[in-house]
Amino acid sequence: MIDWGAIFSNAAVELISPTTAAYALAALGLAIHFGYTGLLNFGQAGFMALGAYGFAISTLSFGFPVWGAVLVGIGASVIFALILGIPTLRLRADYLAIVTIAAAEIVRLLFTTNTFQSLTGSANGLSGYKGGFAGLNPIPEGRYGFGPFEYNEYDWWLRIVAWSIVVLACLFTWQIMRSPWGRVIKGIREDEDAVRALGKNVYSYKMQSLILGGVFGTIAGMIFVLPRAVVPSNYQTSLTFFIYAILLLGGASTILGPVIGSMVFWVLLSFFSGFIARAVEAGWIPFMSSIQAGQLRFILVGVAIMLIVIFRPQGIFGNKKELAFVK
Amino acid sequence: MSNNTVPSGKPVKSTDLHLGEASPGCKKRDPILVADGVSRTFGGLKAVDVDHVEIPRGAITALIGPNGAGKTTLFNLLTGFDKPDTGSWTFEGRPLSGMPAFKVARMGQVRTFQLTKALGLLTVMDNMLLGAKGQAGENLFRAVFPFFWSKQEEANRVRALDILERFKLDTKKDDYAASLSGGQRKLLEMARALMSEPSLVMLDEPMAGVNPALTQSLLDHILNLKAEGMTVLFVEHDMHMVRHIADWVIVMAEGRVVAEGDPHEVMRNPAVIDAYLGQHHDEDLGEDPTAETEHVEAIKELLD
Amino acid sequence: MIFLGLLFAALTMSTFATVSAGPAHADEVGTDEYDYVLTGNVQFDQKPLDNVLITVEGAGYEASVETGVDGKWKVGVPEKATYTVTLDEDTLPKGVVVAKGGSVIEAEFALTKVKSVNFFLGEGTRTTVSFFDQFINRFVNGLNFGLLLALAAIGLSLIFGTTGLSNFAHAEMITFGALMTLLFSVTLGVPIWLAIIVAVALSAGLGWSLDAVIWKPLRRKGVGLIPLMIVSIGLSLALRYLFQIFVGGGTSQLPGSGLADLKFGPIRLSLIDLASMGISIVVLLAVSFFLLRTRIGKATRAVSDNPSLASASGIDVDGVIRIVWVLGGALAGLSGILWAYFRPGVSWDMGFQILLLVFAAVTLGGLGTAFGALIGSIIVGLFVELSTLWLPSDLKYVGALVVLILVLLLRPQGILGRKERIG
Ligand SMILES: Nc1ncnc2c1ncn2[C@@H]1O[C@H](COP(=O)(O)OP(=O)(O)OP(=O)(O)O)[C@@H](O)[C@H]1O
Ligand SMILES: [Mg+2]
Repeated sequence: MIDWGAIFSNAAVELISPTTAAYALAALGLAIHFGYTGLLNFGQAGFMALGAYGFAISTLSFGFPVWGAVLVGIGASVIFALILGIPTLRLRADYLAIVTIAAAEIVRLLFTTNTFQSLTGSANGLSGYKGGFAGLNPIPEGRYGFGPFEYNEYDWWLRIVAWSIVVLACLFTWQIMRSPWGRVIKGIREDEDAVRALGKNVYSYKMQSLILGGVFGTIAGMIFVLPRAVVPSNYQTSLTFFIYAILLLGGASTILGPVIGSMVFWVLLSFFSGFIARAVEAGWIPFMSSIQAGQLRFILVGVAIMLIVIFRPQGIFGNKKELAFVK
Repeated sequence: MSNNTVPSGKPVKSTDLHLGEASPGCKKRDPILVADGVSRTFGGLKAVDVDHVEIPRGAITALIGPNGAGKTTLFNLLTGFDKPDTGSWTFEGRPLSGMPAFKVARMGQVRTFQLTKALGLLTVMDNMLLGAKGQAGENLFRAVFPFFWSKQEEANRVRALDILERFKLDTKKDDYAASLSGGQRKLLEMARALMSEPSLVMLDEPMAGVNPALTQSLLDHILNLKAEGMTVLFVEHDMHMVRHIADWVIVMAEGRVVAEGDPHEVMRNPAVIDAYLGQHHDEDLGEDPTAETEHVEAIKELLD
Repeated sequence: MIFLGLLFAALTMSTFATVSAGPAHADEVGTDEYDYVLTGNVQFDQKPLDNVLITVEGAGYEASVETGVDGKWKVGVPEKATYTVTLDEDTLPKGVVVAKGGSVIEAEFALTKVKSVNFFLGEGTRTTVSFFDQFINRFVNGLNFGLLLALAAIGLSLIFGTTGLSNFAHAEMITFGALMTLLFSVTLGVPIWLAIIVAVALSAGLGWSLDAVIWKPLRRKGVGLIPLMIVSIGLSLALRYLFQIFVGGGTSQLPGSGLADLKFGPIRLSLIDLASMGISIVVLLAVSFFLLRTRIGKATRAVSDNPSLASASGIDVDGVIRIVWVLGGALAGLSGILWAYFRPGVSWDMGFQILLLVFAAVTLGGLGTAFGALIGSIIVGLFVELSTLWLPSDLKYVGALVVLILVLLLRPQGILGRKERIG
């Protein structure tokens, strides 16, 4: 028989998991890029990888404290954004898409290659960089919580920090998007030549947006690796696609969309995979192995992306009024 | 900013703008924009090839010419949206060549586009506010703290509302610009350009697609700009309109300035008649169905 | 560039958040996480060799490990599947080479959860080839690779030109051709030449049906270009994993892929390589003829130039687009078959592995210009292969992607592209 309780509680756990927080933050960064500025950044995985590796390498190889390691990651992503932006922000939107996707692959391949193994651990990745972060934990040792949400002090600390960052990032984004800065940004999304004709330095604004959203992605990358190890194969193009799925699910030019999108995405995915895995075990789906069941999820994500874009382009939280004019 | 003197009857024409004879490239008494040797080619086609041209200050100048004469391209070059092959020009005595479009606009030379560029998913009010210059809140760091910019924003809002009223768009201020009609968008684009308090307004076919009822009020707006001391340079195909409001006319054909002068005289200039008759003489139509059919013919030829 | 079960990994890891924190031993990888283990012992002359790099790849999983001082290594793998185990000969001490069986072994689990994989090492020196000979060899290989890329790139570029769509699902159209060839030749036992023809025809059919079922209705609906592109990304993801469900994560070979190399002076090519280049060149010439000389080809170029004008002049734009999709599908399928021989092997994500290079080629040539795509492809192909003369082979795609970015910096409209008009 199927253990529905386990399926539901595993799904509920995703609601506040640090992974959900990391994806929400990365998607918020992408909302700044794509939803507000209209920049087609397909290299968010690259920004996340820089955060993860920047943090891990500076901790492991150079013994940096937590704040130093965080700054290294952010610095790396600012430089990455500049390198990406300088050639492409003057070009058509689809060029940026291709260049960012290529640049993120370059980053991943550089982290994967054996050439820099001593630093990056090549394909094996890195681990053992969490001491500093755990050391900052003020929560006394023990297990806290109720039901499926029972964790030890490190897991709570991680969740509290991760979600606080997400909340702060949301407030920050909300504030700048209702300011004149946000107005210019949205204007650029609509028609950058018109904004240029009004005397705004479009190139500089796009660059600021690229850097800002990229830094969000980088911090997300750090949150992402705090409950696990740094593994280069996590930073493939499909990571960016998942974040796009989350963003589109929630609504591309909204603040809460990415957060709710991430929660819905992970809860549903966990529910679905839990259900399929157990259904396969129980022999309900005789023609399918559990591995094949795992792949079903990717198909589901792909189909979901298509359906949302076609039938609900403004996402769950998007403005209905906008929909009438979405091209 | 609120003199709503609607010019009635015949507009007052500025005269005596040029020095010497009214010939292509003639000197002006008080030019605001002076261009020299500006050329731009696309592939083998010389789209713009202007030896010398001056735009008189404080007047309304019309730039006319058959389809494909290079008017829009010249606009693009002068406003920094396109790079010329050769040439240089000055605006208010300061050299502008090579300057990016946004800096040109900041110096007070603001343009609109032939194909309207309303920012669809911004409200009409946001469209207007975007036009205002020197906003403190447009800096990312100050944007975070509203007390840096909320006062200025309020003042801009009042000014925007005032201009919107003049353009009869005030009731639409909270609607998305995408919901406006084509003509209203043209109005909005013009109103938005005015938010930056420019000294030279360059309008690329402001009347195209605007219904005749609105045309009159648009004309009045343009005349108003002049009354407020701005210089206007506009592209137009409707000769009646040009005759009605322009103080000076510059005629382009095949990239060159072929004639200049007072609107009534210039129409009698044989070079102008040539330029237009060389093409098809149906300039009243405004848009470019002629060009379309020509291309269609060309493609048909290619196919067979 | 195998695109792994990221989500799977992420899910399992987040459920056991703190489990995977232990440091990875140099000689053991993934043995804590996974039940199935591949293991081996690298010895030469009874002496263990340390720091020899072993890579395990398969079932959407990839890991590498270095042997310990005892010469032993262990890799945990997620499932009972076939894995490709590769020993990196560069990491062997001087004078030692893999003797027989080669440095790549396909390992399959039998009844137990542990499978040992051993390489046979022998004395010898790897034949070193002069730089010039290597260069020529790489050059010819690059040309071959570039030509097969061009097949896919021209289709992508034509689709982009006529519809404005940046079609990410082109990757799956590439894979589809190879998969169909595998299905007909290996599974159904049809002669390979017939299998290829059938596969190309089916690929053309795939192009046609994608247009009919998805893209044409969306064009009718007036969906914007960027949403369309995102739809193609979703489609690509869904199709890719659909393929994996059917064929699994492993790699299979097409008939004839193991043919021995022939030598032409310094150049080593197999018959398949020669045939591949020949087919590419003939097909590319045919496509050029189609575009330049036939009525439909000219109409295609006219639509790329300006769709509304073209439709005003009586061209059936939808018809042209349909033909472009059919052609694009057939070319992508053929390119996939040739890619399967070039890699070599057929796998579920093989198209996605070269998608970026195809995009790079199209962008280099100038988005939407078919002949630009051809030139761009050859440059990318040559660059990828030649770069291995200087770069480690696991970085060979990096070079091509860097070049893409540099070209955009210097010539944003691509090599043959045009600038867009403003205002
Ligand atoms: N980006 C471009 N690429 C190629 N050719 C161009 C480009 N922009 C303009 N042209 C060509 O340059 C010539 C001048 O075009 P332009 O738009 O300046 O004409 P115009 O005088 O504004 O015409 P209209 O009255 O129809 O608006 C035309 O032949 C046009 O085809
Ligand atoms: Mg024009």
